[in-house]
Amino acid sequence: MPRAAHSREDEYVSTDVTTPRATRPMTGRVVAGVAIGLAEHLHVPAWAVRVAFVVLTFAGGIGLVLYVAFWAALPLNTQAATDPTAARSSDTTRLLSLIVIVVGIGLSLAALGVDFARGAVLPLLIAIVGAALIWRQTDDEQRDTWSAAASKAAQQTVDTSAAAGRWRIAVGIVLVVFALVALLLSQTGPAAALQGLSAALLILGGVALVTFPWIYRLLREQSQQRRALIRAEERADIAAHVHDSVLQTLTLIQRASDDPQEVARLARTEERALRSWLYAPDGDPERTFAAALKRDAADIESSYDATIELVTVGDTDLDPALSALVAAAREAMVNAARHGGHEASVYAEVDEHMAEVFIRDHGSGFDLESIPADRHGVRESIIRRMERNGGSATVRSSPETGTEIQLRLPRDSDVTP
Amino acid sequence: MTQLRLVLVDDHAMFRAGVRAELGSDFDIVGEAADVDEAIRVIRATIPDVVLLDVHLPGGDARAVLDGCLPHVPATRFLALSVSDAPDDVVATVRGGARGYVTKAISGPELREAIQRTADGDAVFSPRLAGFVLDAFAGGAAEHDDEIDRLTPREREVMRLIARGYTYREVATELVLSIKTVETHVSAVLRKLQLSNRRELARWASDRKLI
Repeated sequence: MPRAAHSREDEYVSTDVTTPRATRPMTGRVVAGVAIGLAEHLHVPAWAVRVAFVVLTFAGGIGLVLYVAFWAALPLNTQAATDPTAARSSDTTRLLSLIVIVVGIGLSLAALGVDFARGAVLPLLIAIVGAALIWRQTDDEQRDTWSAAASKAAQQTVDTSAAAGRWRIAVGIVLVVFALVALLLSQTGPAAALQGLSAALLILGGVALVTFPWIYRLLREQSQQRRALIRAEERADIAAHVHDSVLQTLTLIQRASDDPQEVARLARTEERALRSWLYAPDGDPERTFAAALKRDAADIESSYDATIELVTVGDTDLDPALSALVAAAREAMVNAARHGGHEASVYAEVDEHMAEVFIRDHGSGFDLESIPADRHGVRESIIRRMERNGGSATVRSSPETGTEIQLRLPRDSDVTP
Repeated sequence: MTQLRLVLVDDHAMFRAGVRAELGSDFDIVGEAADVDEAIRVIRATIPDVVLLDVHLPGGDARAVLDGCLPHVPATRFLALSVSDAPDDVVATVRGGARGYVTKAISGPELREAIQRTADGDAVFSPRLAGFVLDAFAGGAAEHDDEIDRLTPREREVMRLIARGYTYREVATELVLSIKTVETHVSAVLRKLQLSNRRELARWASDRKLI
């Protein structure tokens, strides 16, 4: 069976892609997601990895070194970023845990006899914290780029986290600079420290001046490339769609050029398809009420050479009763298209209490009583069907105003889980 | 009775010619324009009763024409025409000051009636525009909503009948009202659509990348 073989192949491919590399997830992490990433890769609980890191830290700081090395080596898991609503532990929580970790390490080191007041230990620790903050931020920016590309809805998240990010970078820089100055002061006298600082600043300024245009151009090119890529993808999408729909229809129209009715039908069908592709929010006719009605209206327009003006208000997922309502509405639309002068107005409204569809045409009208009992159309497919599903159907008809079929379906009574 | 004076604004010469052929005997078509600048010039020079305004024009959209004309020709009414039923077109033009909105698929007699109604200062709602309004103002009104942010039950009824394809006359018969009362309700809805800052309206527009 080719189908089964195909699906097994899919499965194989997908497992093949996801297993080989450990990644750092963006959710559930405490510092940079290294521990949780490793834990997922090795199939052990995250706390075990965390404990291992802490224990190793006291073995001459190996844990800390390993952590930083893994941080640099493991790629960020950007797949999870495609869901912008995925839970993220709040910044305050993470900041608190970071502080607890730092203080804990500090206290332990103090207990082991390291003297913080003297020498380079305290400045070094502060510098590490500052650097960690900045590194963290680059992680977040990478994540945000991905989620912004994945969804425009994430724009707001990006904006707020960008503000938080600037703060984090600023605090990180202040910490690092403060630590370096303190280090310098502790090693030399104030005069020498000032001299060293100004020399360092001069060199930094020179480097910045020389490299600035280059860095600027690099950044600009990067964003231009990204825009061009997005544009190219959009163009390819549109080209594919136009080829599948408009070009095919135009070919058909050329072939049918001596049959005006067929040309009109093709043009109308294509117009409707193009319009719904351009303007309509995506709806799956198998799934939602309004999309199902729209599909049926389009079908009937093309098979009966009629114009159906469909207006829908509200939408909801289909359930069996609503599907029956759509089927009844379809029958009514067919009726209108055949007997109603090829023009019909359809209005559908659905909310949590009631679903209603009104199908109106301007034909000569018909008398419900005069329809022979054996004619299936109106009686069986519309009225009985509505009644079986707890709804009702009314037909109002007169030679002057045409026919209006009103379908009502109360929705409170048959709430299905 | 003097004929109403019309200006046609549409970038497709074919469409203008079609409308001219269709309406030329009933209305005095005093000018045509194919883009925004020309439209503003022609309308300000001729001061017509009604402008048939295409929503999409080279050099801007209907909004630019409305902004450029309304302060100078306060007596002129604008009826927007469009091939598309895209909600953003509807909202933008109606909020820009057009008195009504119909699609180009409208039949000749209906268009004549719509022009007459526009000239009389009434609002012209197509079934689809009525549907949009119901959608945008849907949901139970919250307590803090201004009056401008919700439809009265009567306005809702009128909108629903228009969405069902009823003409104003049929709406009046159905609700046992005078046509004048129906027109008043529709004008009130138009005003709300233009002024409302209802949250849903904003969200609804932004969903469609309007703002």
